[in-house]
Amino acid sequence: MDLNTVWFILITVLFIGYFFLEGFDYGVGMLLPFLGKDDAERRVLINTIGPHWDGNEVWLLTAGGASFAAFPEWYATLFSGFYLPLFLMLLGLIVRAVAFEYRSKQDSLKWRYNWDWMIFLGSFLTSLLWGVAVANILRGTPIDATKTYTGGFFNLLNPYGLIGGITFVMLFLYHGAVFLTLKVGGEFVERIKATAQKLWLPTVVMAVIFVLYTYIDVEIFAAKGFAAFIWPLIAAIALIMSGIYLKSGKDGLAFVMTSLTIVFVTITAFYTLYPNVMISSISPEYNLTIYNASASHYTLTVMTWVAGILVPFVLVYQAWSYMVFKKRITKDSELEY
Amino acid sequence: MDVLILSRWQFAITTVYHFFFVPITLGLTVSIAIMETIYAKTGDEDYRKMAKYWGNLFLINFAIGVATGIVQEFQFGMNWSEYARFMGDIFGAPLAIEALLAFYMESTFIGVWIFGWNKFSPKAHAALAWLVALGSNLSAIWILTANSFMQEPVGYTLNNGRAEMVDFGALISNPHLWLQFPHVFTAGLTQAGFFIMGISAWHFMKKTKNIQPFRKSMKFGATIGLIGIVLVITIGHFQAQHMVEHQPMKMAAGEAHWETENPAALSIFAIVDQDNKRNSVDIRIPTLLSFLAYDSFEGEVRGINDIQKEYEQKYGPGDYVPDVATSYWMFRIMVGAGFLMLFIAFVAYIKTRKENFECKPAGLKLIFYSLGLPTIAISTGWIFTEVARQPWLVFGLMKTEQGVSKAVSGGEALFTLLGFTLIYAILIVFTVQLWKKYAKKDMDQDYEPLKSEA
Ligand code: HDD
Ligand code: HEM
Ligand code: HEM
Repeated sequence: MDLNTVWFILITVLFIGYFFLEGFDYGVGMLLPFLGKDDAERRVLINTIGPHWDGNEVWLLTAGGASFAAFPEWYATLFSGFYLPLFLMLLGLIVRAVAFEYRSKQDSLKWRYNWDWMIFLGSFLTSLLWGVAVANILRGTPIDATKTYTGGFFNLLNPYGLIGGITFVMLFLYHGAVFLTLKVGGEFVERIKATAQKLWLPTVVMAVIFVLYTYIDVEIFAAKGFAAFIWPLIAAIALIMSGIYLKSGKDGLAFVMTSLTIVFVTITAFYTLYPNVMISSISPEYNLTIYNASASHYTLTVMTWVAGILVPFVLVYQAWSYMVFKKRITKDSELEY
Repeated sequence: MDVLILSRWQFAITTVYHFFFVPITLGLTVSIAIMETIYAKTGDEDYRKMAKYWGNLFLINFAIGVATGIVQEFQFGMNWSEYARFMGDIFGAPLAIEALLAFYMESTFIGVWIFGWNKFSPKAHAALAWLVALGSNLSAIWILTANSFMQEPVGYTLNNGRAEMVDFGALISNPHLWLQFPHVFTAGLTQAGFFIMGISAWHFMKKTKNIQPFRKSMKFGATIGLIGIVLVITIGHFQAQHMVEHQPMKMAAGEAHWETENPAALSIFAIVDQDNKRNSVDIRIPTLLSFLAYDSFEGEVRGINDIQKEYEQKYGPGDYVPDVATSYWMFRIMVGAGFLMLFIAFVAYIKTRKENFECKPAGLKLIFYSLGLPTIAISTGWIFTEVARQPWLVFGLMKTEQGVSKAVSGGEALFTLLGFTLIYAILIVFTVQLWKKYAKKDMDQDYEPLKSEA
């Protein structure tokens, strides 16, 4: 395997980590104003992700940094091309980050509830826009011979992109609800379980629509043939299993299943792309690939060493941080946010 | 509207704004780690209170530092995509390492630190604080590696129409980096020292009941602040000497020094006439510039006009002179604020040596109002560094106008410029409001302010 492929896989892994971890963060954020009936409940919800959301977000930053390092042309084309969606996403991430830290710092319900809406908004916008972005990357966008995106903002808001967006929102909502069934204690958790069960069906429906639409609308997906179906199939089975486990009260397994769903959705997307990183709808000649978008061999080598040494440490201490806070959170726990 | 101008404004505004908060993080994390270590060693409860109190103020800062940092990570792709294509082979690496090595560490351990006051022993909790401090300062090293390359390219070759890395070792041993990072790090210590002193001074003025922990804080702040400022100035001097050799145009612009001279005089007040390439008013001290540049009363310091001629030959026709008035005044404000802080920190240090020192109202007021001095020096320092590098984006390799994105329209750039500016303006209001609220608390109750319910 050449280093270009190694880095493609590594970036896939970073996005898997990001969607898996921030997936439940965003889900919790979106559920917050609806599930939390009073301030105490909301604080319980926020504190389930309190010690972790920033560490989780770094997966996104690392994915961004790694794509810059390994495939600079990809980084340049994608972020200048998807300029306004990215801007909106950044606004969402800004208000969300600030909201977590500031919401409990004033003794006013109005202050707190306003920030909670910011958490909702940031989580929602980011989830939606990632769905839109992923769908458009798969579908192909107008990219010219100079590797420049020429489509403008509204080009991205096609039906397929929007369906991708809504699918991501549903997936993260559901994943977040299942996560909460594991993290919240007391009687509150019963209501959360009911919500998670209610979210299951719409999530399945959206996922089915998205996959069918992908088959019809996305040329490279259809072109990959049968192999491209294995990954979404696993994702689909996991999603269905999660519903069954939830019903029978096996919340832990249900969470494993929603996690697998997200993992395999991400794998599907990257597998479909490979060896491209951006599809040009103008001409396949203009596609960005892991070769014509990549950094030099020397840089890839250096970065492989660096990642090989650092990534294990990161995994160990992030896992450790979850171990430290594995206790279920109730209204009587020590709450910070 | 012109995408280039708008993108430059956007980058300048968002980055300078990010850097209002960064140095507080750099210096305060170290300070808090020291306080916790003292507590773990001596068991002095005051230091625990201090760590919690300054820790709370730090967290308000941290939130906005992180929020504005996310924007930074993506801006090079958004507005400067041609630059990202040209430089990505070199620039991407430090940015990715920064995330892998520093951001993960900082963000993971800060989560544990915030929630871990009752879960860990004082020693273990102090260790967490050190990890956070290490993480933030490591992040500074790596981003400055990228910035140093832009000031002084090393370890690269031009290939396939872009700069490619050939020597990673050269990149991280860039002499520019090992002046810039110490300068920024010690600027962070200075910032923390003045932050701590300023707020403590307020409590002295308001005659807060239990003044003891603030007395210790004042002492602490004066010590850190003095160490910081002495080092900033010393290192800054070496930076300037380095600059005379490696970026002579920047130095000449910073001094509004138009004509080559030997020995060269130092300007202390100038009104710059950029169009006619001279100063219309100029008050100067003979020989001093040569002395500062070479530690000797002799030595040629080249002027803007000569360097312009040389660059025309080297790089082709064009205007290689940055905005001289801005460079000159930014440099002077930084240095001026620096010497003012040296004086204040020195006096504060002397006065706080006694066990139960007393403070005079005038001194307290001075210290309180100098809260803003580090921010002024730091912002003007960056503006000087970046503006006086112009027209280069990467010195000698790429001009700023070549770096801007092609996919972004003027309307889009205007929209995001206004959007970021607006949201940043709103956020500063909340941040200051919370800072005020938490700074006004005393350290009497053990710190659990977040437990309160609405
Ligand atoms: C000298 C130090 C320094 C400099 C020049 C910059 N930053 Fe910064 N950055 C930090 C030092 C720092 C920090 C001290 O580590 C921060 C600031 C506040 C904080 O809490 O962490 C941070 C936060 C921060 C974050 C959020 C990290 C997280 O989620 O934990 C990102 C993504 C960036 N920065 C990225 C950048 C980029 C791309 C810059 C280039 C323009 C930049 N920063 C300039
Ligand atoms: C955090 C501290 C920094 C501050 C306060 C700062 C400030 C500025 C300012 C004021 C400009 C505008 C100059 C002009 O347009 O005339 C600028 C330009 C620029 N800086 Fe920095 N800078 C900082 C760090 C960095 C770092 C770390 C990098 C990259 C590693 C960087 C990359 C750039 C680029 C690409 C430009 C060109 C865009 C432009 O001309 O506005 N800066 N910076
Ligand atoms: C008083 C004597 C000082 C001198 C002689 C000095 C010198 C310098 C020089 C020459 C640069 C430009 C470096 C380059 O572009 O290569 C610089 C930049 C800078 N200065 Fe200072 N400085 C002084 C004080 C301060 C103080 C007091 C602070 C803040 C507390 C400060 C903060 C900065 C910052 C943040 C930068 C931009 C980053 C960098 O390029 O290092 N400086 N300084």
